[in-house]
Amino acid sequence: MGFFERLIKIDRRIIFTFIAVAIALPLFFNVSMYVETTPEVVGIFNAVDSLSPGSKVLMSFDYDPGSMPELQPMAESFLRHCFSRGLKVILMGLWPQGPLQANWALDIILNEPDIKAMNLKYGVDYVNLGYTAGNEVVIQRMGSDIHAAFPVDYYGTSLDEIPLMRGVRNFDNIDFVYNLSAGYPGTMEWVQFAADRFHAVLGAGNTAVQAPLMYPYLGRKQLVGILGGMKGAAEYEVLANRPARAVRYMFSQGISHAVVVFFVIIGNLAYFFTRKKKES
Amino acid sequence: MKFTTLSGSLLKLFLFGLVLFFIFSFNPRAFCQDTTIVTDSIPPGPPSNVVAKDTPYDRGRSITINWVKSADDGGGANDVKGYEIMRATQVDGDYELIGNTTAGAQYFIDNDVRDKVSYFYKIRGTDGTNTSVSLPSLAAMSKPQWVNLRRTNIFIFVVALTFAILYYINRAKAGKELFIRKIAGLEAVDDAVGRATEMGRKIFYIPGISDMDNMQTIAGLTILGRVAKVAAEYEARLEVPVSRSMVMVSAREVMKEAYSNAGRPDSFNEDLVYYLTDDQFGYAAAVDGLFVREKPAAIFLMGQFYAESLILAETGNSVGAIQIAGTAAPAQIPFFIAACDFTLIGEELFAASAYLSKDPKLLGSLKGQDVGKVIFLAAIILGVILFTFNLMDIGPWFAVG
Amino acid sequence: MRREVPLMICAIVGFTLIIVYFVPHPPFSDMRDLFSDWFSVIAAFAIYLGILNLLKNSVDKVYRKRSGWGFSIVTIAGFVLFVFIGLYEGSDFGEIGTRYYWLYDRIYFPLMATMFAILAFFIGSASYRAFRARNVEATVLLLAAFFVMLGRVPIGYYLTSWLPEGWRMSDVASAIMTYPQMAGQRAVMIGIALGIVSTSLRIILGIERTFLGGE
Repeated sequence: MGFFERLIKIDRRIIFTFIAVAIALPLFFNVSMYVETTPEVVGIFNAVDSLSPGSKVLMSFDYDPGSMPELQPMAESFLRHCFSRGLKVILMGLWPQGPLQANWALDIILNEPDIKAMNLKYGVDYVNLGYTAGNEVVIQRMGSDIHAAFPVDYYGTSLDEIPLMRGVRNFDNIDFVYNLSAGYPGTMEWVQFAADRFHAVLGAGNTAVQAPLMYPYLGRKQLVGILGGMKGAAEYEVLANRPARAVRYMFSQGISHAVVVFFVIIGNLAYFFTRKKKES
Repeated sequence: MKFTTLSGSLLKLFLFGLVLFFIFSFNPRAFCQDTTIVTDSIPPGPPSNVVAKDTPYDRGRSITINWVKSADDGGGANDVKGYEIMRATQVDGDYELIGNTTAGAQYFIDNDVRDKVSYFYKIRGTDGTNTSVSLPSLAAMSKPQWVNLRRTNIFIFVVALTFAILYYINRAKAGKELFIRKIAGLEAVDDAVGRATEMGRKIFYIPGISDMDNMQTIAGLTILGRVAKVAAEYEARLEVPVSRSMVMVSAREVMKEAYSNAGRPDSFNEDLVYYLTDDQFGYAAAVDGLFVREKPAAIFLMGQFYAESLILAETGNSVGAIQIAGTAAPAQIPFFIAACDFTLIGEELFAASAYLSKDPKLLGSLKGQDVGKVIFLAAIILGVILFTFNLMDIGPWFAVG
Repeated sequence: MRREVPLMICAIVGFTLIIVYFVPHPPFSDMRDLFSDWFSVIAAFAIYLGILNLLKNSVDKVYRKRSGWGFSIVTIAGFVLFVFIGLYEGSDFGEIGTRYYWLYDRIYFPLMATMFAILAFFIGSASYRAFRARNVEATVLLLAAFFVMLGRVPIGYYLTSWLPEGWRMSDVASAIMTYPQMAGQRAVMIGIALGIVSTSLRIILGIERTFLGGE
């Protein structure tokens, strides 16, 4: 078998090894790459930046630990932005693990020195409503009465006893909805019910695989913006002037993309040379 | 230094005044601190034109209140912090606070009312310290509506599509030949099953990871019926590991019937369909393990998939199986195209049952479905032309209410 | 009757849910939630069928020492461990600090993350195999993948930052995502929606019966 024939039938474990090295090795180097921002991410950032202090933002954590690497940096940078702007944040989840992801993000952000100095109080500045089963039916119920959808918060306290939730009955009392989604239920359901039916102002963060599906909603202004994958998270960190994990990981992602492209190129070269040989 | 009496007095007075001036200019509140705090005592301009009406096209128990915002909201003193909505059952009765909105808002939906009871509303603007109240609204009463007229466009489309489907079903039943284009993935089903029989290896059928409330799962099970019939005829061993208990029950019924129809009821064994786990990646790991250990000759991936699609398809490819996949999950279609031999894209999954059975009624429904596509195509072309030449935007005609 | 009763239930529930969409008046407005709740309750009870089936198959495999019986021991052990720890912890079994949470955090979470991470490797091998310029369409796909893969990471910027704005790799990637990609997604979604309507109608009218085990 010639060299190019062997290249066409290359053992996939060789490809796996290259990719493993391409992803892991850059993590040991503290290299920050320039991250270009896109209109989709700027849309969300500007929407949040234009809210006046005291405005209420709803964050829905619709993912599980499997999607954490892509979505958790988005959650952290968004939370940081909200708290630094003096916005009130209501966290919830349509996935069972969602509220746990919310608490993990809160733990990190609330312990950052500048946020810690703000002395934010649970129930006044932020609240975790927890998880309710029902998928898109929950969003529908929230459109009528959030207290009916979430009678108690994550810790079992009645919403009527939580200062932040008094007067927040439905999407009319919420200034911005931000959904982090890895599948179903997720951004599509939030667009269909919250944005279309109840006219909520909606932004979304999705995994890189799911983000392209949401572009039609950007075009029709059902979404003000979308963060797609690690790149989206990195762009948001850059816009907020707080480069963190996502920006650091872009080096690794860039190298791994380059490795995949390299293999695609040599695969095509091998294909052409083999085909030429067969024809001759 | 000695001064004359008058000029000295004047000078002393002047110096005294100078000293006082410096004291006041450096700390003008020196005499004021801890005594009086300057506060804003001017209330914002009141909201006006409060109109309360029954929320339209709903189940009742809801009133929508609109108002014109205060002149000091976004203009004037620009000190409005928000609005408080107050409600009473008598125009001059006691008004209770039922909700609030932020500045700039001009409507509120009250979902805490009873039908056929009159309510009156006032809106109170606040700047954090002072408030000003609007005049009360006229009486509003909520009631449920029988028809949601906002969905008229959808109703018209559904009726048109239903008629088209029924029309073509009738035409097919009357014996009219209907042309359906070739779908390579479905043409390959027999070959895939035959390959498994020749190699003496198993066939795995994966009906997705969703439950029976997902149309893709139902579509996957209808295709399973066809594939199971072919497998029974060829005497190939077909296994169906599932992710949901109800899918397991339905899949068993489907296979049992398929084996009976193929004349091989004794070949069917309930253990051919078995449950693994509801968990997405647990299921993917279990199925991957089965692929690697059992080395099937053919794999069918038909239904709703998420991130595990590439894991399953790539593992199947690595063991040398022929793979036919079909999903209506747009995000997963590219992965199946890259990793599988044949892929049913989107609606082809739903057409597969009709295609494989060649039943005239089912084929007729495919033609009727195409009428829907023609309607959308015509609307898109018309809409693009009208919008490009700035004549009209027909987008709102297709809005969902 | 074995087939007629399910078909009747399908037809009645199907037509009712269509009517519910257009008629907000009670009792129709409550029916969607009611049917949805019924489904959730039935699915919750149905899980016992699956669990019993899994345990039965696993125990049988271990007993008869069929190929892969070692994995069945792991399945049974994992099932027993999680169930008994969960029951022992009581209603707060999922709270941070409990033994159940420890198992979730130290076993389940890493396993899930590992499976998800495998995708990175499989993308590489699938791309190597699939992105070949066999014909015109495949070449177009290859070029689009090339621009999007590099345009969406900083490397694309470094390679083409010298080009005027609008012509850089990230701009081409953005244009591909915003125009042809969006158009294709919309077309696929319209086709899928029509397919779902047609299949639903066939099921409601009883024309399609295979999923019930009929012809």
